[in-house]
Amino acid sequence: MEASTSERPAAAEGGVAPMVRFDRVTKRYGALTVLDDLQLDIAAGEKVAIIGPSGSGKTTVLRMLMTLERIDGGVIWVDGEPMTHMPGPGAAGSGSLVPASQRHLRQVRGKVGMVFQHFNLFPHMSALKNCMEAPVTVLGLSRKEARERGAELLSMVGLGDKLDHFPGQLSGGQQQRVAIARALAMRPKVMLFDEVTSALDPELVGEVLTVIRKLGAEHDLTMIMVTHQMGFAKEFADRVCFFYQGRIAETGAPAELFGNPENERTRQFLSAVLEAG
Amino acid sequence: MGVRQTTILVILSFVAGLVVASFAGFREFIPGLLEGAWVTVRITVQGCLLAVVMAVIAGIAKMYGPWPLRWLAVCYIEVFRGTSALVQLFWLFFVLPHFGVFLEPMTVAVVGLGLNVGAYGAEVVRGAIQAVPRGQWEASTALNLTRMQALRRIILPQALVAMIPPWGNLFIELLKSTAIVSLITIGDLAFRAQQMNQTTLKTVQIFSIVLVMYLAISMVITLLMRLLERRAAAGLSRGRVS
Repeated sequence: MEASTSERPAAAEGGVAPMVRFDRVTKRYGALTVLDDLQLDIAAGEKVAIIGPSGSGKTTVLRMLMTLERIDGGVIWVDGEPMTHMPGPGAAGSGSLVPASQRHLRQVRGKVGMVFQHFNLFPHMSALKNCMEAPVTVLGLSRKEARERGAELLSMVGLGDKLDHFPGQLSGGQQQRVAIARALAMRPKVMLFDEVTSALDPELVGEVLTVIRKLGAEHDLTMIMVTHQMGFAKEFADRVCFFYQGRIAETGAPAELFGNPENERTRQFLSAVLEAG
Repeated sequence: MGVRQTTILVILSFVAGLVVASFAGFREFIPGLLEGAWVTVRITVQGCLLAVVMAVIAGIAKMYGPWPLRWLAVCYIEVFRGTSALVQLFWLFFVLPHFGVFLEPMTVAVVGLGLNVGAYGAEVVRGAIQAVPRGQWEASTALNLTRMQALRRIILPQALVAMIPPWGNLFIELLKSTAIVSLITIGDLAFRAQQMNQTTLKTVQIFSIVLVMYLAISMVITLLMRLLERRAAAGLSRGRVS
């Protein structure tokens, strides 16, 4: 990753600086360019759904924002701070940025939480312990505080009676709800949902979506989700981005994008998905 | 082999030992051989402890250490895996004194065998850590744990379960290797047997008892590892249907 220049995201006309900015971000795997010069701003509290065919780079967007993937070009900003980079030595105010140190990454990464397709719960810990581990180890909460926070979040996702259950004793839907509570326990400003219902049996999808809906209604979290649930994206998201071959092919309000897609690729994708579903 | 079968085998091998011991021609050798067996057990237990400590340090250093540590770990693993345990013991016992380092025979036995088995164990540790699904690392990163925190709190507890069966093998290997310490003047089980054989020439009786004794000790190791494995697996996936 090279040193870069990138402007601090300024307040837009509406008066709010974006919570997340992808500034000309590029990601390659060898010769394959997965994301090409991605430019995307996401406002604080905005709910963005990312859709697109497999291999279009949509999951990579989330993984880069969670620092699970290094980027090959551009800068990612979170909450007004560069995440992948930090100001270069002696260059304060000049806009010159160098790749982030581990310490800087950890500091900015704390603002982002992620829920994975395959839950990735810690199998050797109870639901409550899953939610307590990082608050105690990373945030330095006392065990008592962490227990209270964890129990509260688990009740919020409807698992107040399963605190001492281990992941192996829970259904997929319950495990995913624990994973949501675990991510929330770190009090992130941005929540990422990576195909969180794709590994679930159909009858368990509803309970997870209900929790996400509730989160959206009760908290002012910025939420970015990669999803195949077109119905949910349409109803829940403020904005939908359609990815195709590493680029945003079309973006807009759900009603427009689903109702009257402008891009030929979007039309093809949506009709294929509707046919299948 | 389940815990029950192992338990039955342990009991059977002890019964067989008692039966053998009860024959008149065998009885006289039992006390001397038991003394030797006690030495063997002590070397085995201490050697195993050292092996586990060395394996965890070397395995983790090889994977995550800064380059000098990584290099050191690789050297240790390759040298101790790539040379004969007997030569290693001789080296510690007969060569080190030339450089002014004198070690007790028991110390040489424990250190030599512990380091030797620890080198194999390091690869067991590494394999088990690598076998933990990548998603566990990713979840740890997403929760902002440092690499060492993730390793200690999330990855190692899971890797431990996968390590137990191969460790059982290594412990038994170590037990069997203890027979070579008789060559550096330690009065272990094999040494006692050899000694008695030379004075009485009752080869059949003596080596039959010795065989049964080694078997009994190794069955105890197998049983303990089974119990450990069962406990660890229960802690890892309580209630999982598999």
